Amino acid sequence: MEQLRASAKDEILSRVRNALRDVPADELPEHITIERNYRQRGEETREEIVQLFINRLEDYNAGVHRIREAEIPASVAQLVEQYALNQLVMPADIPEAWLPVDLPVLRDGQTPLTNEQIGESNSAVLTACANAIAQTGSIVLDGGPLQGRRVLSLLPDYAFCVVREDQIVGLVPEAITQLRDAITQRHQPITFISGPSATSDIELSRVVGVHGPRHLDVLLIP
Amino acid sequence: MSVSLRNQRLPMFQQEARKALGDTQLRHNLGKATQTIRNKRNRVVAEVPDWEQLREAARQTKVRVERHLDAYLLQLEEAVVQAGGKVYWARDAIEANAIITSLVRMHNAYEVVKIKSMVTDEIGLNDALAQAGIQAHETDLAEMIVQLADDNPSHIVVPAIHKNRAQIAELFRASLHDIDGTKLSDDPRTLVMAAREHLRTIFLRAKVAISGVNFGVAETGSIGIVESEGNGRMCLTLPEVLISVMGIEKIVPTWRDIEVFLQLLPRSATGERMNPYNSFWTGVQKGDGPQEFHLVLLDNGRTNVLADPIGRQALHCIRCGACLNVCPVYERVGGHAYSSVYPGPIGAILTPQLLGIENASSLPYASTLCGACYETCPVKINIPEVLLHLRGQVVRAKQQNMLHRDTDPENLAMQAALYIFEDPQRLALVQKLARIGQIPFTHNGVISQLPGPLGGWSSARNLQSVPKQSFREWWHAREQEKKHDGTATR
Repeated sequence: MEQLRASAKDEILSRVRNALRDVPADELPEHITIERNYRQRGEETREEIVQLFINRLEDYNAGVHRIREAEIPASVAQLVEQYALNQLVMPADIPEAWLPVDLPVLRDGQTPLTNEQIGESNSAVLTACANAIAQTGSIVLDGGPLQGRRVLSLLPDYAFCVVREDQIVGLVPEAITQLRDAITQRHQPITFISGPSATSDIELSRVVGVHGPRHLDVLLIP
Repeated sequence: MSVSLRNQRLPMFQQEARKALGDTQLRHNLGKATQTIRNKRNRVVAEVPDWEQLREAARQTKVRVERHLDAYLLQLEEAVVQAGGKVYWARDAIEANAIITSLVRMHNAYEVVKIKSMVTDEIGLNDALAQAGIQAHETDLAEMIVQLADDNPSHIVVPAIHKNRAQIAELFRASLHDIDGTKLSDDPRTLVMAAREHLRTIFLRAKVAISGVNFGVAETGSIGIVESEGNGRMCLTLPEVLISVMGIEKIVPTWRDIEVFLQLLPRSATGERMNPYNSFWTGVQKGDGPQEFHLVLLDNGRTNVLADPIGRQALHCIRCGACLNVCPVYERVGGHAYSSVYPGPIGAILTPQLLGIENASSLPYASTLCGACYETCPVKINIPEVLLHLRGQVVRAKQQNMLHRDTDPENLAMQAALYIFEDPQRLALVQKLARIGQIPFTHNGVISQLPGPLGGWSSARNLQSVPKQSFREWWHAREQEKKHDGTATR
């Protein structure tokens, strides 16, 4: 099989080179200009960016709670009650100060949680994020601090995400720039979440919560 | 169930289109779907002031990749391997299927979960797996519907758009044995929740997942998947082994280039500002997601496309489906008439090039050349230009292979036309003769029925009659008159 692989690779590369005989031998990739004269940064004020982000989330029917950091436990407790949840799943490094007292909490610590534990019905996940994008109402997770493994934010029915206002960027290119190190230095997996999962596959009528969390609540703190 | 693109001559588009036009349900669904998505797309594109700059940057990026594809492929391979993945090269569908099948078998797996992927449809992977005793579960809702119905996708973004809710409910009752059929109504939400429940069990037990690739970043070895339902995240996160199949053209040079395509693709495909989930992974991450990653790089005719300097732009396609939604032909006939995994305007230029023009010679004609596809394409593929170019190839191929070149009526007619148009005097003479010859067929300056074998052409078109005076004759007469007037006044 190794031999087959080597010959397939050589043959494909030689087919490619044959196909590109019209490309001058001394042409380098950089000789093809890519004009990046599209918008690199939003020009809105901080408050406008935050407002746009909130509007986009509301478009997605996500819950938005603009609160102070000290109010996180109360907000979480209220959501837990509202959705009648049994448990809260979270990465190991979520601060105690974010948690309401008397709530069963499953931390993904030294002993990783099983998929069954994470996905038990009526559970929610609590994470923070790497950054967020106002233009598209997206939350980006890169497995960095307070975010944990990808499966944590995937199997529970509800997702609660703490976003600091200064983590919100205006445009997609700003977020991509910020994620560069996570990709190039640490090879971290990146997930963009823009509202709850949805399908329009049956007669184009939109149904949310296909797989993954059915509800997204964002706790927006200064 | 899939239409594999290998050594097969496709049915004539015109005949398939006629069949499809008779299906009123299909036409109704398609008309509604294309119009809805078109309107949504237009709304979200209008709010991006730098849309044209993004399109141009995307086009330039794709041109750079295509002209230096060999270097980028090697760079991608190195980066993926460095990040802990394995890379395989497949010349064609058979080779790709063999690689994937042996990988699945190596893990003693008898089922795999799949993310919606056109490239695995193209290579007929599900059939190949089935032959090896491996069951492939399509996990995108529409693909699952199509798979359960043993049908083919009819649209690249909403593949089951030809089915209505009653048909889908019936299908689920008959095929999802772990779901209580009595609870299944026609309500889309109920149906979606049934699919969720059914698939959750499968996601949690599957050992191997198979995906296509939206973007492969040469610089970092990162692979990107764009999706809506979360079935993609399930497949990319839960199984131990992930196998991704990537057409060699899906490369972008750098991570930064993603900023362009993540703005263009969701708005063009589903009319969303961003689709619900985008996943990027770079090799293998310890303790998070699949601990084995295999990337299969597939040629399967792509280097044939690359060899044509005009046709190669078809490889820029990012599979958004926007050209389908604006195409007056697609809107009426739907995806099945194209007899290929790749339907619509992009399919009409991609399929003949992947397969060889002789195997799909009717597809370049599946267009009115109105140009709406070019205008809407987020990476500015000039589809009408390639269609015309391919039509030229069809004619040349036909002329070369013609057995009775001297008696073929179309060829004779074209040769005669060439002879006439070569010489202005011949043309003038023919025009004079035509003015007389057309009299029995002309009504109010319009010819609506031509005689004999030409009748087929005029069955759907009206022809303007040859005017009483040609431009040359009019000009000549005018000059004569001027000269005459001039002498008179002097």
